[in-house]
Amino acid sequence: MSNRIRARVFVLGDNIDTDQIIPAEHLNLVPTIPEEYRRLGSLALSGLPVGHESYVAAGSEESAYGIIIAGRNFGCGSSREHAPIALGAAGCRAVVAGSYARIFFRNAVATGELYPFESSESLTDEFKTGDEVEIDVESGTLTRLADGRVFPLAPLGAVAPVVAAGGMFGYARAVGMIKAV
Amino acid sequence: MKQTITEKIIARAAGLPSVKPGENVWVDVDVLLTHDVCGPGTIGIFKREFGETARVFDPEKIVILPDHYIFTKDAKAHRNVDILREFAREQKLPYFYDPGTESYCGVCHVALPQQGHVRPGEIIIGTDSHTCSHGAFGAFATGVGNTDAGFVMGAGKILLKVPPTMRFRLDGRKPDYITAKDMILRIIGDIGVDGATYAAMEFCGEAIEALSIDERITLCNMAIEAGGKNGIIAPDAKTLAYVRERTDKPFEIITGDADAPVEASYQYDVSTFEPCVAKPHLPSNYATARASTDVRLDRVYIGSCTGGKLEDFVMAASLLKGRRVACETCLVPATTEVALDLLRTKIEGKSLIEIFAEAGCVDVAPPSCAACLGGPIDTFGRSRDGETVLATTNRNFVGRMGSKEAFVYLASPLTAAASAIRGTITDPRDI
Repeated sequence: MSNRIRARVFVLGDNIDTDQIIPAEHLNLVPTIPEEYRRLGSLALSGLPVGHESYVAAGSEESAYGIIIAGRNFGCGSSREHAPIALGAAGCRAVVAGSYARIFFRNAVATGELYPFESSESLTDEFKTGDEVEIDVESGTLTRLADGRVFPLAPLGAVAPVVAAGGMFGYARAVGMIKAV
Repeated sequence: MKQTITEKIIARAAGLPSVKPGENVWVDVDVLLTHDVCGPGTIGIFKREFGETARVFDPEKIVILPDHYIFTKDAKAHRNVDILREFAREQKLPYFYDPGTESYCGVCHVALPQQGHVRPGEIIIGTDSHTCSHGAFGAFATGVGNTDAGFVMGAGKILLKVPPTMRFRLDGRKPDYITAKDMILRIIGDIGVDGATYAAMEFCGEAIEALSIDERITLCNMAIEAGGKNGIIAPDAKTLAYVRERTDKPFEIITGDADAPVEASYQYDVSTFEPCVAKPHLPSNYATARASTDVRLDRVYIGSCTGGKLEDFVMAASLLKGRRVACETCLVPATTEVALDLLRTKIEGKSLIEIFAEAGCVDVAPPSCAACLGGPIDTFGRSRDGETVLATTNRNFVGRMGSKEAFVYLASPLTAAASAIRGTITDPRDI
């Protein structure tokens, strides 16, 4: 995970639940099998209502949008770790939400798939899908490239180095908490 | 130091005299639960991180209950059960409830207590958000993802942030048309789907004490729908009677200090409650059944850990006896034990199975999670485009039961039965 993340944003509303992020019919895919990990990426946010813009274009394995901007309670519902994994596999590097459901937040950190940022103010009215932004992980800011406006993000604290190390196990090995296998 | 029941359980498991909300502590895990959807991924992580030949931390503390995609032709679903089977054999796990054998149980959150794996005062971690159900027995029970579970599988411990407690006191005499499902839908309607995020939802009061074990499970089951970290009810004589019938393992009865500080307090008089629904597409979208009688139903679905236990079926049968359903009514007992109970439990001499058959319900399906969460295309009860379903399940997000173009209303088994009889959403008092 790099210190700066520059990408186009995909904007969503409140209460994006894990059934929308990865519908249950795809939970027969096992994330630790590489081919199925990639397939999960192609299905990221395929549960969005009919008529909603697609996060991953048909036939693609990755999204054009490396950052998701969302409202409150992102990732609510089921505990399926397939949810942050599908997003990460699709190329999402960060979510910037008003707030998170706790299991999704914990899973995003444990897997290291994406940075779960919280914005201090609601950003969903400030951006539209396709806008280009840059997140500075260390300083905790999001900059809109079109006009240079800077938005503060809540500090990630202890979470940032865990995600940077690739998740819970990577972090534990990096700091000597457990020995490398 | 005054502590709530949740704080005391966590403190004991952490080997500490006390804990405070917000603290991060390492606790020993008493039970790790997984199933066919998350088990293979959890095992993959366990082997990747601890080694291909690693041994689980304690074979007696791992319970594998396949339940999600069992009665399907889906090849990957079968492959996933094979992965569990192979792992159970390799690790000599005594508690693997193998589909296609006599030991198969069905829905993990109903089978776990039925098989004696839920005891008061313990730490139960499950790769499923409805693990919070087991707080009904006075345990600390919460859902996690594959990575956390893979860690527990090898290490036997987990890092927990101590949740603040929100206390819900429910008093008053419960009318016979009100169920635990109505109570929890009312609470979620009041506080919202993120009203209890990161908190322990503690339920107490005379109406809670009067609830049966099945009803307490229904209540705690939906704590996650308000974002709760866990739901919990102090153990009492009913709890002990149930648990002691199913396990000889010793356990410690832990209760909280009545005057322990809590983050928020809510009081309810259940005698004022009305039968209700959660309208599409959020569990917090509360409305009374009486305000929803214009909704025509294509299907009524009675099943899942939330609404497919014996008492849920007794409630439904009590209304369906001697009547006919007006719309397709699907019944999915949660476990093999519940399925047997449908045969052996009688109302005025008629078994529940007979009552349902004479009412014109679809033949009872084999026990599993079935369509609560949609599942593979051939899943029994899976929702279809344009359909309106009333279900005794726990979630009604877009696409939850299968089709993105279906509408799901959540309700109690009484409201479900009443609605099946009319073919429109119906308050059980109006039958």
